[in-house]
Amino acid sequence: MTDVEPDESEDRSPPVTTTGKVETVVYVLLIAPSLVLGYDNVRSGAGWEKDGPQSGYLPFYLCVILGGAALFGLVSVCVKRADGAKTFVTRDQFRRVMQVFVPTFLFCVAMEWLGLYVASFLLIAGFMRFVGRIAWWKSLLTGFIFSLAMFLTFELAFDVLMPKGPIEALFGR
Amino acid sequence: MEALTLLLHGFAVLITWKTLSLMMVGLLLGVFVGVLPGLGGPNGVAILLPLTFTMDPTAAIVMLSCIYWGALFGGAITSILFNIPGEAWSVATTFDGYPMAQQGKAAEALTAAFTSSFIGSLVAVLLITFLAPGIAAFALRFGPPEFFAVYFLTFCSFVGLGREAKHKTIISMTLGLLLAAVGMDTVSGQLRMTFGFDALLRGVNFLVAVIGLFGISEILLTMEERLALRGHAASIRLRVVLKVWKEMPRYWATLLRSSAIGCWLGITPGGAIAASFMGYNLAKRFAKDPSTFGTGRIEGVFAPETAAHASGTSALLPMLALRIPGSGTAAVLLGGLMVWGLNPGPLLFVEHKDFVWAVIASMYLGNIVGLVIVLTTVPIFASILRVPFAAVAPMIIVSCAIGAYAIQNAMFDVWLMLLFGVAGYVFKKIGVPLAPFTLALVLGNRSEDAFRLSMIGASGDLRVFWSNGLVGSISTLALILLFWPLIARIFEGAGRLLRPAKT
Repeated sequence: MTDVEPDESEDRSPPVTTTGKVETVVYVLLIAPSLVLGYDNVRSGAGWEKDGPQSGYLPFYLCVILGGAALFGLVSVCVKRADGAKTFVTRDQFRRVMQVFVPTFLFCVAMEWLGLYVASFLLIAGFMRFVGRIAWWKSLLTGFIFSLAMFLTFELAFDVLMPKGPIEALFGR
Repeated sequence: MEALTLLLHGFAVLITWKTLSLMMVGLLLGVFVGVLPGLGGPNGVAILLPLTFTMDPTAAIVMLSCIYWGALFGGAITSILFNIPGEAWSVATTFDGYPMAQQGKAAEALTAAFTSSFIGSLVAVLLITFLAPGIAAFALRFGPPEFFAVYFLTFCSFVGLGREAKHKTIISMTLGLLLAAVGMDTVSGQLRMTFGFDALLRGVNFLVAVIGLFGISEILLTMEERLALRGHAASIRLRVVLKVWKEMPRYWATLLRSSAIGCWLGITPGGAIAASFMGYNLAKRFAKDPSTFGTGRIEGVFAPETAAHASGTSALLPMLALRIPGSGTAAVLLGGLMVWGLNPGPLLFVEHKDFVWAVIASMYLGNIVGLVIVLTTVPIFASILRVPFAAVAPMIIVSCAIGAYAIQNAMFDVWLMLLFGVAGYVFKKIGVPLAPFTLALVLGNRSEDAFRLSMIGASGDLRVFWSNGLVGSISTLALILLFWPLIARIFEGAGRLLRPAKT
C-alpha cells in the first residue's frame, strides 16, 4: 500500500484526491487482509478446546472485529459524502511528499546493494542538492561528514554492524 | 521510609563519571530530538536504542530516559521561538509562548517553560517514588486473570474514552493486536499468519513500527506542510531566570493543578498531549481575566508545560510497576528493557531492586541536570533550527533506517519501516489514531498469553475473570469504560426524562 493516492493524472485542479476517497481505499485495503488473515487463522484452528482457545482463536476474532470496523467505516464514508469531500492533498503538497518519499525509497534500494554508508551519502548529498537547491560543495561535504560520523559512531565506537557494500570492502571492512 | 533508603542507594549507583556523562549525552541528544521536527520522543528513543545495546542495562536505561526528558524539554524551545511545536505536547505552549517571544520576552517564556517542566516532572517523580513500590507489591498478588483484566482495561479505556471516531480507534487497535500475533504462537508453538515467509517468523517488531509510524511519516507530513522556520534568537541571562523564579510562587495554584492533571493523565493512558491542553484550558477557566490568555501571559506557558512534563514522567509509573506503558515513549522504553531481558512489572521491584531505584534516582538527577543544560544551551539549539530542512530531512531518514536495521539486523525491517511510514502518514491524515496501535503492538502478545494462561488454569471457563473481587471489579470497570459513550448517553437521556418530572 505504498501508493494510496491514485496516480497523478493530467493537469487538473489542485486537489489530488479527497479524504473520503482515501478513507474508502484504506477501508477496502483493511478488509482484504482481514479476510486473508481470518482464513489463515481458521486453517490453523480457530476453535475452542477443552482448556481454552486454539492458537487461531483470538487472531480470528480480531480479524472479524477489524473487518467489521472497516466495513462500518466504509459504509459511514459512503453515507456521509459531504464529510469526505475535504482535500486530502493538493497537487503541490503531493509533489513535495513524493520529493521525499521517492528518494527514501531509492535509499532503501541502494542500501541493499551499496551498504548503508554509501547510500546515506548519496541520499543526503542528492537531497540537499536537488530538493534543497543547496550548493554542490556544501551538499557533498555534509553528506560525507554525516556518513563518516555515523560510521565512526556505530561501526567503530558502538559495534553496531550495518549493511556494507563494495566500497567498504575496498577498505577491508 | 524504606523508599528513601532505597532511593539513596539508587543515587549511589548512579554517581559515577560514566553514568553522569551518559546522562549528559542523553539529555543533549534528547533536546536535539525534541527540537527537530520529525523526530520525537518515541521514535527518537527507538532510533537511539541500538546505541545502548553494548551498555549495561542501568546505564542504557538512564541514557534512554534522559533522551526522553531532553525531548520533553526540547519541544518547548521550538514552540516559543518559532511558533512550531517540536512535539505534539507542546502545541499548547505556542498559544502564549510565541506571543511572549514576539514581545521580546523569549527568555522569560523559555525559563518559565523549562522551570515548570521541571516542577511538573518533580511532582510526578515524587509520586513514582512513593506509589510505585506499593502498586508493585500489590500487583505481586496478580495471576494471569488479573493481568489480563488490567490489559483489557487499558484497551477498553482507549476505545471508550478516546476522542477519535470509535471505529477508527478499534481499527488501529485490532491492527496492532493482529500484527503482534504474527509469527510463532508462544503457547502452542504453532506458526500464525506467516504465509511461509521466513522474515515474518520473528513477527513485526514494535520498535520498527514506531520508527516508521512516527519518524518517516512525520518527515512526509513536514515536507507536505513546508515549514518555514523563521524565529526569534534567544539567550537566557541569569538575571531573567531569577526574576521568573521570583514570580513563580504566585502561580502555585496553576502549577499544582497542572501537575495533578498531568499525573492523572500520565498514569491512565491519556498522554502528555491531552494533559497539556487540559492544563492550559483549566488555567484559563480559573483565571480572573481569561481573555488575556493567548496574548503572551506567562501563566499560559506554566500551565501546559507543567502538565505535559508531569504526564510524560508519570507515564513511567504503570510501565515500571504493571508493565503497561502510559505513553508511546514509555512503550518504547519498555521495549528497550525487554531487549536487555529485564521484565518490567511487579517482579522487577523484587528481583532487580538496584535497577529500579537507580532508574528512579536518575529521574530526579536527569531533570535537575536537564534544567541546567537547557537553560544554558538554548542559543545553540535555536541555531540548529536555522539549518535548512533539506539538509535535516535526509539525515533523519538515515537515522531512522539505522535504527530500524540495527534492532534485528534485518533489511526486511527497513522496508517494513518504510511501509509503516506511508501507513502512518495516511492514517494521520484520515484521523486514525496511532497511539492505540503502538500500545496494542507492544501489549498484544502479553495480553494473549495472560488470557490463554488463565483459560488453561480455569479449563476454559470465562467466569474466571469474575472469580474474585479484585479481578471482577477490574473486568467490570473495563466493560463500563468500553461502553462508556453508550452509558453516558443513557444517563443523559434518563436525566432528561427525570428532570421535567421533578419540576
